[in-house]
Amino acid sequence: MSPAVAVSDLVKDYGAVRAVDGVSFEVKRGEVFALLGPNGAGKSTIVEILEGHRTRTSGTALVLDTDPSSAGASFRDRIGIVLQSSGIDPELTAREAVDYYGAAYSRRVPTDELIELVELGEKADARISTLSGGQQRRIDMALGLVGDPDVVFLDEPTTGFDPAARRRGWELVERLASEQRAVLLTTHYLDEAEHLADRVAVLAQGRIVAEGTPAELRARAGSALIRFAVPDRAEPVSDLLAPVSGDIVGRGRHVEITTDTPTADLAQITGWAAERGFELEGLTVTTPSLEDVYLSLVADDGDDDGQVPDDGDSRT
Amino acid sequence: MRTLWRCIRMQNRIFWRTPVAAFFTLVFPILMLVLFTAIFGNDAFDTVYGRVKSSQFYTPGLAVFAAASSTYTGIGINLASRRELGILKRVRGTPLPPWAYLGGVVLSAVWIAALGVVAMVVLGVAAYGVNVEAAKVPAMVVTFAVGSASFAALGLALASVARSVAMAVPTANATLLPLAFISNIFVPFGTETPAWLDLLGNIFPLKHFGLAFGEAMNPFSDAPAFEWHRLGVLLLWLAVGAAVAAWKFSWEPPVVSGRSSRRRRTQPAPA
Repeated sequence: MSPAVAVSDLVKDYGAVRAVDGVSFEVKRGEVFALLGPNGAGKSTIVEILEGHRTRTSGTALVLDTDPSSAGASFRDRIGIVLQSSGIDPELTAREAVDYYGAAYSRRVPTDELIELVELGEKADARISTLSGGQQRRIDMALGLVGDPDVVFLDEPTTGFDPAARRRGWELVERLASEQRAVLLTTHYLDEAEHLADRVAVLAQGRIVAEGTPAELRARAGSALIRFAVPDRAEPVSDLLAPVSGDIVGRGRHVEITTDTPTADLAQITGWAAERGFELEGLTVTTPSLEDVYLSLVADDGDDDGQVPDDGDSRT
Repeated sequence: MRTLWRCIRMQNRIFWRTPVAAFFTLVFPILMLVLFTAIFGNDAFDTVYGRVKSSQFYTPGLAVFAAASSTYTGIGINLASRRELGILKRVRGTPLPPWAYLGGVVLSAVWIAALGVVAMVVLGVAAYGVNVEAAKVPAMVVTFAVGSASFAALGLALASVARSVAMAVPTANATLLPLAFISNIFVPFGTETPAWLDLLGNIFPLKHFGLAFGEAMNPFSDAPAFEWHRLGVLLLWLAVGAAVAAWKFSWEPPVVSGRSSRRRRTQPAPA
């Protein structure tokens, strides 16, 4: 069976700006694929091309073997979109909105089932304008799933959720994949990608700079991360760090070492400290998180502090 | 057809749940009829229709004004706000046909316009003894249909040109209200009206809509009282509005200084 989403050498120019620069990836049915990247990296542009909201400059983009840029209602009948930037009529209730938008789909999920699925319960008959951001987000989710889609696009699906709601949102996404839907997720939350995604692509400046399972990406950063702080009275740490094998990031007294040989490096460090008779504050050895890898991958992406406006990425 | 019907009903529901829209479209023009008649009295005076009661002059004009408000202002602001909320974008991502959604918006506005016109005429007849003749009712209906269609097309054009609600509202008011003053709606035109104002009014559709409808209610006109040349002007404006809408209409929310304005959503955590 062909992949649900197949993107190859995708390019999108906005005037002289190349927002997407030769991106290729595939999403299979039953798989959650996450696009990660700072604002302006091109995530939303890619997703909007796949949804048919934007046209591409070159390359191929196929969703369910269909070119989204020329697809019609029968294509949109098979996809579900949960966008950050698409609102819901505030005058309606959740139930009315689900009924209204749901009626357009050929394979629609019953309203009550959806209301229960996204846990709107007692709020189902309240005007949407009176609901919180998190509750509105759940209606977005319900509207994205009302057509029993084969491919689900989730743009920052849990933004505005409290931690408990977020966990339940994750369960819902896992359930979507277990039902053999393809899920394309964009998110700012690294833990979300780590938890949900079967595979992750990290985008920076319109290119994929890394792709793999969360475990594969973590492995790129070495097997361990050693963190500690040296006391104020200690001499400069350069003589300590010289024989250490891993990548070293020092911020004043705080030192971070990414290494594939944590045992040897740790012996070196602790020996040095014990010799001088002081304790290393906050000494830890951890496996690098996806976030550590992510930050190192997008670190050269100079302009990015999450505040840079762009072509429509991450509208707030 | 069922889809279109559903879209109309949904837009009607939204309209009735927006009290400010209901007030300005339906109550306000009726209030003006009551006030004008109270202030100026209901005595006969000279108008373009001949010597008629002031209510006979104001009723058709304000009925047309209500229809134009519901269609032109109503559709323009409604679509601009739906676009700004990202609702139009949502619609484009569903199998709901775009024509059905837009058809729902337009036909709902025409339905509200019809309610406004009927309310105005019924009040005029019942309270002020305004003249309505069965033989000329077809002309009233046809004029209403053509005029509403024309102003609905102009409402679509307004929503296409004004990218945000903040632009759509003043644009709608700054065009329709001054036009009402030079279109024999609020102020009766007589022989002493400056020619240039007369000409200016003749260029735009509101005066033709009002006069065609007024003629169909005029006690001195002969049945069936169709004003074909005025309906022709209205159809011309319908074509202009439809052309502008076809050329400029967008489903995408406007991007305000790099970010689209949003009514909700918390800030995402910076990556």
